[in-house]
Amino acid sequence: MAQENKHLEVVLDTQVESVNLAEEMCLRVAEAAGFDEEVCYRIGMSVREGVINAFHYGNQERPDKKIHLAMDITDQKLVIHVMDEGKGFKLKDVPDPLAEENILSTSGRGIFLMRAFMDEFSVVPGRTGGAEIIMSKWLPGSANAPTNGQSATDQHESPRKDT
Amino acid sequence: MALYATYRDVGSVTVVDMGGKITLGDGSALLRKTVRALLEDDRTHIIINLADVDYIDSSGIGELVHAFTSVHNRNGELKLLHLTKKVRDLLQITKLYTVFDVYTDEASAVSSFR
Repeated sequence: MAQENKHLEVVLDTQVESVNLAEEMCLRVAEAAGFDEEVCYRIGMSVREGVINAFHYGNQERPDKKIHLAMDITDQKLVIHVMDEGKGFKLKDVPDPLAEENILSTSGRGIFLMRAFMDEFSVVPGRTGGAEIIMSKWLPGSANAPTNGQSATDQHESPRKDT
Repeated sequence: MALYATYRDVGSVTVVDMGGKITLGDGSALLRKTVRALLEDDRTHIIINLADVDYIDSSGIGELVHAFTSVHNRNGELKLLHLTKKVRDLLQITKLYTVFDVYTDEASAVSSFR
């Protein structure tokens, strides 16, 4: 029997505390969805990095802007949306943190970690005008779940429309 | 685990014992403040003992890199000791594991300084 879809959505203030709050909420959802401890850690870390991205790069740490977090559980996967109220960005403009010239950079690893830890990852224009990160993890036992316990390496990207 | 950073001298080497989460906010700030204080005290042979650090995010990784380059810019050396599995895995996938000099026992780390 197909599982009923579940949806949770919260609006967070642009402050450091929202990073921990978002991570804790998503960890609870991931645990309830049946992910094991290691995968929960990866999901939690990805949400943390997504909210840090919204806090710092998207909203520029401006307290008058909000961070929109949503989680959906379908019968196949957990889908997480993190949306900021900034100017948006294109994935192709994000420097590769593994490139030799960037390896000693003190920032710029958040997107890389989300892509590494989740099964699907994309960035699209959000309804607020900012960026919306959409990332998902296949549920344990779902038809598309990796059988070796590792994250899939395929990443799907929806580039921002030029405005 | 509560966040902390203390340091002690082992010969001419300073060992910083850290615990808790090195993440955006207090954890990263504490690491930066500690290393800055050591450099202001002309301590440039530094080992960061991460045995009790059970979590680190991109902000914490960035702070470790900042500490590493700050010490090198003072002609010193900064090495890492006792990485937990999560921290080691993160440094490996970000290709920083080979950038840092990493040790699994303190005596070897201390004796590695020239």
